[in-house]
Amino acid sequence: MSDLMTEVVSTPATAPRTFLGAGLDGEDEAQREVRGFTARQRFDLVGAGAAGAALAALLFGWFAPLSGAIGWVVVAFLAFLGLYVLLISLDSGLEEVKDRLSAALFSTAGVILFGVLVFVVVYTIARGVEALSHPNFFVQTMQFAGPLDALDIGGVAHAIVGTLIQISIALLITIPLGIATAVFLNEVGGRFARFVRTVSDAMTALPSVVAGLFVYAAVIQGITHERSGIAASLAITVMMLPIVIRSSDVVLRLVPGNLREASYALGSSKWRTVWHVVLPTSRSGLVTAVILGTARGIGETSPVLLTSGVSAAMNTNPFKGPMISLPLQVFDFVRSPEPTMVARGFGTATVLLLLVLFLFATARALGGRAPGELSPRQASRARATSARDLLRIASKKLPDPVLEN
Amino acid sequence: MSDRSIPSHPGPAMLAPAASPAPQPADGFEDVPRRVVSKHSFGDMLFQRSVLAAGTVTVLIMLAVGVFLSLRASTALSKTGLSFFTTQAWSPETQTFGVAAVLFGTVSIALIALGVSVPLSLGTALLLSEVLQGRLRNLLISLVDLMAAVPSIVFGLWGVYFLQGSIIPVSKWISIWFGWIPIFAVTDASGQPQLQPSAFTSSAFIAGIVVGLMVVPTQTSIMREAFTRAPVGEREGAYALGATRWGMIRAVVLPFGKGGIIGGTMLGLGRALGETIAVYMIISPIFTINWQVLKTGTNSVSALIALRYGEASEFGLSALMAAGLVLFLLTLVINFTASSIVARSRSGVESDV
Repeated sequence: MSDLMTEVVSTPATAPRTFLGAGLDGEDEAQREVRGFTARQRFDLVGAGAAGAALAALLFGWFAPLSGAIGWVVVAFLAFLGLYVLLISLDSGLEEVKDRLSAALFSTAGVILFGVLVFVVVYTIARGVEALSHPNFFVQTMQFAGPLDALDIGGVAHAIVGTLIQISIALLITIPLGIATAVFLNEVGGRFARFVRTVSDAMTALPSVVAGLFVYAAVIQGITHERSGIAASLAITVMMLPIVIRSSDVVLRLVPGNLREASYALGSSKWRTVWHVVLPTSRSGLVTAVILGTARGIGETSPVLLTSGVSAAMNTNPFKGPMISLPLQVFDFVRSPEPTMVARGFGTATVLLLLVLFLFATARALGGRAPGELSPRQASRARATSARDLLRIASKKLPDPVLEN
Repeated sequence: MSDRSIPSHPGPAMLAPAASPAPQPADGFEDVPRRVVSKHSFGDMLFQRSVLAAGTVTVLIMLAVGVFLSLRASTALSKTGLSFFTTQAWSPETQTFGVAAVLFGTVSIALIALGVSVPLSLGTALLLSEVLQGRLRNLLISLVDLMAAVPSIVFGLWGVYFLQGSIIPVSKWISIWFGWIPIFAVTDASGQPQLQPSAFTSSAFIAGIVVGLMVVPTQTSIMREAFTRAPVGEREGAYALGATRWGMIRAVVLPFGKGGIIGGTMLGLGRALGETIAVYMIISPIFTINWQVLKTGTNSVSALIALRYGEASEFGLSALMAAGLVLFLLTLVINFTASSIVARSRSGVESDV
């Protein structure tokens, strides 16, 4: 046994090195760069781009009876691709051509996608500025403003308040119920939990308009007989609950099993493990799940279209009378052909968009960390606690005279 | 984690028994695993009961939705029977109604949406996972996630006030040059090709593009996630064998990400089928099957519900519920297929510290 050990230990020192690189000529092997660009590749791109644009301009301006901006872009792009392939093939083989062409196509998809999405947002904000530049837009309601009134009368304060009330009620139901259900799925388990998971997964497929139709038929026609804020909140809840359960379930599943086991090994009970280990570990993820669910719930128009009713005046009582919310207010504004109403619609859409962006930014700031990863402040707090614990333990172990030294 | 107080009283042991590490067969007794029976403390009982209650309430709410929809829908379905799926008109007052036209419209809009979204999301997902690096990559990844949260009414506004006007020359160009393919033709009742701009507004094509842009972010992030999971060893193996980046993508990333591509596409399809408000704002509703996707007039189940719920009688409402139920079942099947495909393609779900 000991002979074998010494032999194993001694072998590496005498054995010839079989790996390449450092050693013989003192030169380190450089890592192969698979993502960057060389200067030459950049020139190919720029050259082909310029040539493509020039060719399209030539075709459209002089040679062919073509017109239109979209057509120009398409022709310029096709010319660019052709010229790019030609340029690369001057000094590389077929595989290289395919490689660079594919990268160019991926980038094109990315440029189109991000271009269009950013344009959708910027377009809405740009057309909304007209209404937003009047401060009364945020503090007044539409009660005394008719469709022909200028933008300095009326506003969407009632819709903002309506949205906030409706989403608060929905969250009041969704957060405890959703997270408790997700805890049930993960920490208790069993056959019934699997059934619950299947059902809630199935409900994520429920179209939001059908959720609205359900509340319309069951609650409004059956119980309250009028559209109200609470009905809208219920419709949003039915839509949001499966989303929150599903994403919380995913987050809780990411809590490492050995943290739980460590807690059990210290002798803690199940609910203490959940309360002190599982939930704190996944706190940022759970917050993200709730906030993203909220963003979906706030932005969805179709459930409130059927349930909340349209009102022009402020209504802070969710149990009585129609209570409009931001997305429905947008929809209601743009149904009118009047330019001022359309401007108000874009203004309202901008408010809604900014609200959603704000929620998303909050979710990003809070979440985006892996379970158990702490923010600087949490980390310093944790260090302080453990220092205190250490002191406490030390003070119990050591007799008093030593401490006095 | 260290900022948590240590539990003050030790509860019952909950751990599964570990296999006895050093079996000692010396005295002839056979080793049997120790059975660990844990007695729940009062707190644990309370905890288990309350989360069980939460789960039960959730299930009850959801089953209530399903059962209520099915019960109310059955009133209408029992009147029409199977002709519900073949009738195009929608007039519950005269007992002739069916989902043939609206379902056709829904599916055609969703398929056009996929035609727009799949190439864009596939290309962008590969761009994000394989080509870009560093800060730009992280920025664009958050941008994709952010775009998934943009309210659908914002897309609807953009579709109505911007896209509607600027896409008409494109629709016209397609119908002129590809009009020999039946679905791209735009003709009037007598079969004459139409060229005036008003024949191209409010079409399934425009609605499909808008819905496609709405579902792109969702699809992109699912595909990107699947692509980044392609194992590093195989990637480096491909490079070591001399593959170019495209060669590596074709041989490693795409086969490993196949589940993500299919699953992401189908989840996007599920959202596209259920989309209401953007479609409702763009289309002009008709109740006949319109094969010419570039031509004015189409319909969808969710737009039908948003259009007709207010004026509906008791029976009309039950007919709408039947339509909603059909849509729900359709998205349900698609979502379940998608998530089972995504789940099967995933490996290493367990995490460790």
